Amino acid sequence: MPNLSRRDVIKAQAVAAAAAAAGLPIPAAAQNLVTDAQLTDLKWSKAPCRFCGTGCSIMVATKAGRVVASHGDAKSEVNRGLNCVKGYFLSKIMYGSDRLTQPLLRKKDGVFHKDGAFEPVSWDEAFDIMAEKWKATLKEKGPKGIGMFGSGQWTVWEGYAASKLMKAGFRSNNIDPNARHCMASAVVGFMRTFGIDEPMGCYDDFENADAFVLWGSNMAEMHPILWTRIADRRFGHPHVQVAVLSTFTHRSFDLADIPAIFEPQTDLAILNYIANYIIENDAVNKDFVAKHVNFKKGAQDIGYGLRPENPLQQAAANPDSGKSDPITFEEFAEFVKPYTLDKAHEMSGVSKDALEKIAKLYADPDTKVMSLWTMGVNQHTRGVWVNNMIYNLHLLTGKISTPGNSPFSLTGQPSACGTAREVGTFSHRLPADMVVNNPEHRKKAEKIWKLPEGGVPDWVGSHAVKQNRDLKDGNINCYWVQVNNNMQAAPNMMEEGLPGYRNPDNFIVVSDAYPTVTAEAADLILPAAMWVEKEGAYGNAERRTQFWHQLVDAPGESKSDLWQLVEFSKRFTTDEVWPAELLDANPDYKGKTLYEVLYANGKVDSYPLDQTSDDYANHEAQDFGFYIQKGLFEEYAEFGRGKAHDLAPFDTYHEVRGLRWPVVDGKETKWRFKEGSDPYVTAGSDFEFYGHKDGKAIIFALPFEPAPERPDEEYPFWLATGRVLEHWHSGSMTQRVPELHKAIPDALVYMHPDDAEAMGVRRGSSVKVESRRGHILSRVETRGRNKPPKGLIFVPWFDARQLINKVTLDATDPLSKQTDFKKCAVKVVPVGA
Amino acid sequence: MTRNIWITAAVISFAGAAFAQEHVATLRSGTPLADNAEPPAIAKVVNSDLRQVRNYPEQPPLIPHKIDGYQIDLNANQCMQCHSRTAVEVSQAPMISITHFMSRDNQFLASVTPRRYFCNQCHVVQVEARALVENGFVDIDSVLEYVKQNQGSSD
Repeated sequence: MPNLSRRDVIKAQAVAAAAAAAGLPIPAAAQNLVTDAQLTDLKWSKAPCRFCGTGCSIMVATKAGRVVASHGDAKSEVNRGLNCVKGYFLSKIMYGSDRLTQPLLRKKDGVFHKDGAFEPVSWDEAFDIMAEKWKATLKEKGPKGIGMFGSGQWTVWEGYAASKLMKAGFRSNNIDPNARHCMASAVVGFMRTFGIDEPMGCYDDFENADAFVLWGSNMAEMHPILWTRIADRRFGHPHVQVAVLSTFTHRSFDLADIPAIFEPQTDLAILNYIANYIIENDAVNKDFVAKHVNFKKGAQDIGYGLRPENPLQQAAANPDSGKSDPITFEEFAEFVKPYTLDKAHEMSGVSKDALEKIAKLYADPDTKVMSLWTMGVNQHTRGVWVNNMIYNLHLLTGKISTPGNSPFSLTGQPSACGTAREVGTFSHRLPADMVVNNPEHRKKAEKIWKLPEGGVPDWVGSHAVKQNRDLKDGNINCYWVQVNNNMQAAPNMMEEGLPGYRNPDNFIVVSDAYPTVTAEAADLILPAAMWVEKEGAYGNAERRTQFWHQLVDAPGESKSDLWQLVEFSKRFTTDEVWPAELLDANPDYKGKTLYEVLYANGKVDSYPLDQTSDDYANHEAQDFGFYIQKGLFEEYAEFGRGKAHDLAPFDTYHEVRGLRWPVVDGKETKWRFKEGSDPYVTAGSDFEFYGHKDGKAIIFALPFEPAPERPDEEYPFWLATGRVLEHWHSGSMTQRVPELHKAIPDALVYMHPDDAEAMGVRRGSSVKVESRRGHILSRVETRGRNKPPKGLIFVPWFDARQLINKVTLDATDPLSKQTDFKKCAVKVVPVGA
Repeated sequence: MTRNIWITAAVISFAGAAFAQEHVATLRSGTPLADNAEPPAIAKVVNSDLRQVRNYPEQPPLIPHKIDGYQIDLNANQCMQCHSRTAVEVSQAPMISITHFMSRDNQFLASVTPRRYFCNQCHVVQVEARALVENGFVDIDSVLEYVKQNQGSSD
């Protein structure tokens, strides 16, 4: 409907209103009830929600090429007809009036200039300058000179196409997703304890648990639909208890039977206390532990993922060490023995009564416990350890892999699991939990990708935080960001991110649907098709893979990230980017474009257009001439089939409301590692943690270690950052929905009223929040939904006008390389009168 | 093969303008990335009690009044004091939707389903603030009007 804009509609309504006011007859077409079925019939199609990792299924109505309504999918197991407020407004996220519709390049006097202003250019001109920059850098620096930053919001095939382009095409492992900020500690936690990624349980655990323990998670706001399942269980079954642990009071406390506010970082001490309690009160499931568990002691004093020259990094005895040595159960018991109730209370500030109550939930053999966590645990300089230590409790008691007994790592992004983790778009990973520094794994990837031996590079690339450091230092000169807003999201923007993007040696490309903060920091902006403007697949937190069709066309010249990646690959030949010795040894590859090697490779292009749906458009398939999404998915699925990561055939997913992998003989898997529910478990073993060769999971002995930066006299407050219900992540979609914007328009500094009073400010006062690295201006909130204890402030990061990551510290977990966005030291200074 | 042949409505595109721009991040209103604009004052919550048109029937209605300090927790749900089935005669507030009585299995319960207990997961207040960016979503009635004028070419 090219002629209909919002403005036309308002004009038409004004005419009708004027006619009515003048007493003129309203034409028949303007009757107040439309009943003609031909008109009122809407086309309803399913799609997973665009926002968080819960993975609700949405029904989307289209009419005349527009999304006109949406609601929760009643047929979906995940949400059974419900949405949160963001989900209910999905219909409007694509219609912000500042959608990007053309590529934009910084120019001066008609040519690219780093300090130029953005001007519209054609796709050809955009790809020309990109290819020129990429080729020059590859020639000068090789594959380590380029980088890519992707997303847990990429569709499965976009992440797969990107990973292939970087790792197999450009032969560079400098590709990382924003899931590094979000899930990396969970991943390393899984790999260490179980040897295989992603939760063993599923959302069915919500209807089976007797107790829920939230470790630093505010599910009421961040996973609202899963919270409805907890509320349903708690209110419907009065014996059920909910424990909420956090460093400040928030909405999830409204359902808490056992509330616990702890001093930042002391979750480590509380977890060891509970392990100690379980042992001292004879609550260890000895049979389970003897059969299915090994004990190990991890390396300590491992640093903080800071730049190597940082004094804290230099002071560490075992920087970045994930080493561990076998120990006995008795040695483990001895290790946690000092973590007494008194000590845990003293360190954490949590009452002894609350600590004991939480410990008893785990210790009581008749209480089925579901532990839940997201950013409070993962964004933590000891995040991997905390993940390991939560598993410790479930393994000591055998409360795992059965309905309601479930250590459950929640996910922040819609496809952090499906794309970032399962496809393996991290700088060290390959699909299906494989890694680039394992020769067997590379060999398998080369075989499936039809590459010559040695095609996949063996070096671990730069992770998210390192990429920004590399940009600042001029080590990465060509950089492509897709589906994320990392200038707003990454830590320490003023010292690392912004100087990195604006480094004159660098050429930065940002693909997005909207002109974000990151787009403004770029040199070239590419307009992206989003959500139901393309065919897609996401994988949610319970291993559920969900598909959707393209339901409407993208505006202007915007194109999907998949189209952009594949189209760009046509601009390179192997001779330009592969080393001569590789081509000499494999002359068949000479002179081929990367497009031919990666996508038109006889596999990906083997699904013809007639296999696409008759009922839905597919702009990429039309442009490339084959069903590219299906080809990429089926090639990708080869990695996991028969390896406990089995995916169903492509077409199945368009029919069902998602399936939880491994999907074996057409059946999904609800509880992994348990005989009877997981087909990969050996008969007679009861439980088998087959990610490790001996089938055993590992309990780790790990200590409390302090945070790298703690409040002091000059910077007396802890700063925790996070999200709010109404906005998703950096708000690039939700801030463009007026109803969501007006629900919570600005970031605020949530603080304790006594702290405010002490500095002479009150609700609404203007303040400067300042760390050693940067500052923002904001306003004080003392009565809001978040109620910090004295000495801590909370500032959300959705607000593009108040970039709190100017203040945060780029310290990471040394094992997962995930930033701790929950802890640094700041001062709050009143501004003006 | 009935492909959807409609192209989407032309939205107002700043990129379409043939002039160069330094600051494109719309939400920052021209404040350079390294700078910090003065933060807007905390806006007042709309407290008019006037109901608003929903964008589509499935949209949860917005809350047209203040809810400061409302208790919605393990012990009580203050919203139900006016919006419950039995309260509306006195309060003259809208009764909660009948969907709120349905269980996970789509069966009606004797009372409100606990899965809908926390009202503010879906229903939110609005403050007196201007939208940062205009939204070009087109209401279904206008789309139908358009379809009627172009009969025969809808899918």
